[in-house]
Amino acid sequence: MSFELSTLPTGRVREVVRAPAHVLATPGPDVDPTDPEVLQLCADLVATMRVSPGCVGLAAPQVGVSAQAFCVDVTDHPKTRTAHGLVVLVNARVVESSRNERAREGCMSVPDLTGDVKRASRVTVRGLLPGSGAETEVVTDAFEARALQHEIDHCAGLLFLDRVAGAHALHARQVYLDAPADPSA
Amino acid sequence: MSSLAVTVVGHDRPGIIAAAADALAGCGMNLEDSSMTLLRGHFAMTLVCAGDATVDEVRAALAPLASSGLDVAVRAVAPDPDVPSTTANHLVTVYGADRLGIVARLVGVVAEAGANVTDLTTRLSGDLYVLLAEVALPDETDADALRDRLAAVGNDLGVEVTLRPLENDEL
Repeated sequence: MSFELSTLPTGRVREVVRAPAHVLATPGPDVDPTDPEVLQLCADLVATMRVSPGCVGLAAPQVGVSAQAFCVDVTDHPKTRTAHGLVVLVNARVVESSRNERAREGCMSVPDLTGDVKRASRVTVRGLLPGSGAETEVVTDAFEARALQHEIDHCAGLLFLDRVAGAHALHARQVYLDAPADPSA
Repeated sequence: MSSLAVTVVGHDRPGIIAAAADALAGCGMNLEDSSMTLLRGHFAMTLVCAGDATVDEVRAALAPLASSGLDVAVRAVAPDPDVPSTTANHLVTVYGADRLGIVARLVGVVAEAGANVTDLTTRLSGDLYVLLAEVALPDETDADALRDRLAAVGNDLGVEVTLRPLENDEL
């Protein structure tokens, strides 16, 4: 399937909040996908993701807004198998999942730690498109499945810290990605 | 045959493990269970070894490490401690702003429930404090009641707490 996203307004880059900010541990409410403020929030999430080194997804609580909205784009990631390009959804849920796999995750809101987390490697996610409000299903696998589950967790007030696999499954981050080259430089 | 507990703690540098392992091997001590890690830049080694050497002989073998600025301790332990088998079956996850007493309060709740902590790590990363504790809950323990109690104490401390079953993949 292809993922059709209507045009969003111009996004603004927002500050990414870090744990233990309370908003990151608060389940976000469902939102109206046609509300202009929600569209702006979605655009801001995309803009912030795009300027953040190595970032493949961002959820509303990470920019300080408790809401069921997120974006994901794993297109160029080496662990990606299926990719739908830029995915932006509101009020999304995992409706089917299978084939759990353990892998190491990081998060912009927990910048100095990574954790081993077991997640489904095949998922069906159902949500609404911002703008049209059309119900959409994303059926995917591998890294995109992991990224979607990570962002849906954010919207539910959960961090990867809540899902690490054991007492020794948390690690100090050793690799930081450089900021993307400034095309105007 | 004796079992000895050895701890080595100090500022990290290359070669500590190699020197300690070499000294123990030189005494004929077999290295059994061990944990070696870095704690905020300090090297920390805890191990149990078994063999025919005495405490004094092992202390003498480790003396060069002790004289190089590391804290070294050696003592005899019972070879087979008479404790009930404790296999972790749940994981407690805690995170929040760092404050005094997080470990004491929450692990206290676990102990009150009759559960045994088998492995615990904590990390302080900036303002974020994370605690991960693997616990063995006896069959008769009400996991839901423990989860509620942990959540209540976590709320009091201003930290997020989860209690989940540990998953073991049998192959």
